[in-house]
Amino acid sequence: MKRQALIGVVLFAVLAAMPLLGDAYTLRLGTTVLMYGVLAMSWNFIGGMAGYPSFATAAFFGLGAYVGAVTQKFGVPMPFAWALGGAFALAFAGLLGMALLRLRGHYFAIASLVVAEVLREIVNSATDLTGGGMGLNLPVPRLATVEAQAVFFFYAMLAVTAITFAALLATTWSKLGFGLRCIQQNEAAADMIGVNTTLYKTSAFMLSAVFVGVAGGVYASWVHYIEPPDVFDVLHSVKPIVMALLGGVGSVFGPLIGAGAYLFLEEVVWRHLLEAHTAVLGLLIVLLVLFLPRGLLSLATRAKGLAR
Amino acid sequence: MSPGDLLRLEDVSREFGGLKALSQVTLAVGRGEIIGLIGPNGAGKTTLVNVVTGVHRASAGRVMFEGEDITRLKPYQAARRGIGRTFQVVQPFPDLTVIENVAASALFAGSAPALAAAREQAMEHLAFVGLKPLAERHASALTLAMRKRLELAKGLAMNPKLLLLDEVNAGLNNAEIDQALALIRAVAARGVTILIIEHLMKVVLSVCTRIAVLHHGELISVGAPNEVVADPRVVQAYLGKRYAATAAAHG
Repeated sequence: MKRQALIGVVLFAVLAAMPLLGDAYTLRLGTTVLMYGVLAMSWNFIGGMAGYPSFATAAFFGLGAYVGAVTQKFGVPMPFAWALGGAFALAFAGLLGMALLRLRGHYFAIASLVVAEVLREIVNSATDLTGGGMGLNLPVPRLATVEAQAVFFFYAMLAVTAITFAALLATTWSKLGFGLRCIQQNEAAADMIGVNTTLYKTSAFMLSAVFVGVAGGVYASWVHYIEPPDVFDVLHSVKPIVMALLGGVGSVFGPLIGAGAYLFLEEVVWRHLLEAHTAVLGLLIVLLVLFLPRGLLSLATRAKGLAR
Repeated sequence: MSPGDLLRLEDVSREFGGLKALSQVTLAVGRGEIIGLIGPNGAGKTTLVNVVTGVHRASAGRVMFEGEDITRLKPYQAARRGIGRTFQVVQPFPDLTVIENVAASALFAGSAPALAAAREQAMEHLAFVGLKPLAERHASALTLAMRKRLELAKGLAMNPKLLLLDEVNAGLNNAEIDQALALIRAVAARGVTILIIEHLMKVVLSVCTRIAVLHHGELISVGAPNEVVADPRVVQAYLGKRYAATAAAHG
């Protein structure tokens, strides 16, 4: 655990130095990687640790974005608005979890997928509060230059990522994490040895929501303008899962590595194969998951094995 | 029924659709007993264990444990109260190591305050059942006999007052059964009350202080082993005439 924490500290220190060398493009890409890192790590709580394939990430992201945007409209200062976004996502996941977590496997996946659609329709029709389909503009932070703003939001997203990482690390080594591993492997048996499965699953679901909600709030402020199809996009649910699979499901570093690798691939492929980029990207990911079922992280373990 | 009973089933029935799996079963288990539960396949033995542990809820009647009504408890609550069980079909966590499997029981149902303490306790239980050398193996790599022992260690780590053993000997050879019997006796010697579901009469007769017989969900006989095997209803329903004849000739 100490070693993992140490690697984490080094990793985040390196990331924190990025604005010093990067241009605007690198900084924008970096912020996106961090944002998806939060989403993928969050999915890891419920999907990787507890084994419940949640597609509700987009719902929490959109909820956080809209709570952040609407509360700022009513004059709440930006950081508090972000925190409120997280708080709403947390509470929403708690209520939702009690209903959805009775389902298992495919049934749970489908039910969780629908949540974002429902929220999108609600936001679409609540025109007075949310602007409906016209979207919502957010106040631009009073910073001198566009570059300063980019740096500011990079660090904001980095902070959310670091907190998510710390929570993931702490959970992995806690009683909660141990209980979730038991649930993932055999839920009935976990129940029989005294694991309060309902409480544990709901906790994992709430953990998978809170940081995503905050990230949604930060995203809304970062891009200054949100609309329902953007923040409730089903890709916000799908991509984090692919990233976690790519990096290594259930591990501490896997989701973050997966997020970086995915977005790197996306950029490279998109730049060189403009017309066929989604097809090629899809193919690459299928191949990677087929031949590296335990993710990119397993390469490191394999290399260690070979070196011996 | 005496107030010293650890477990008491009062008129317990359980239906699945139209099927009566248990029908007005009344049974008391005293502290320190090793009670054997026998009966043909489908007689309701596992259902009875499931009703006691909260996997199924009794359709009618009450389950009392240490004088308290536990009929409506969920499995994890029953586990924390001190009711441990093993499964007929072994249920390890396959990707955890042997010691982690046992530590989980100690942590979530037993008395261990934290993971480190749970691992220490787990090691003691593994030494007790003879699995210490395999502690760091994955549970999925164990043979059936070893998995049955792991089940027992998991049950013990829950620090149970009552341990329900559901066919812990099924699929074992004679030598393995003798070892398992010695273990069961050693567990009972620690003061754990045991209810054991078993098909092998050799096992039942050698360890049990009392025997209860289920047939079509009804309790048809309860008593000392020699009385029960001589009971005509038990002979008719379960043992068969040939067994009774041999038993009479030897006894």
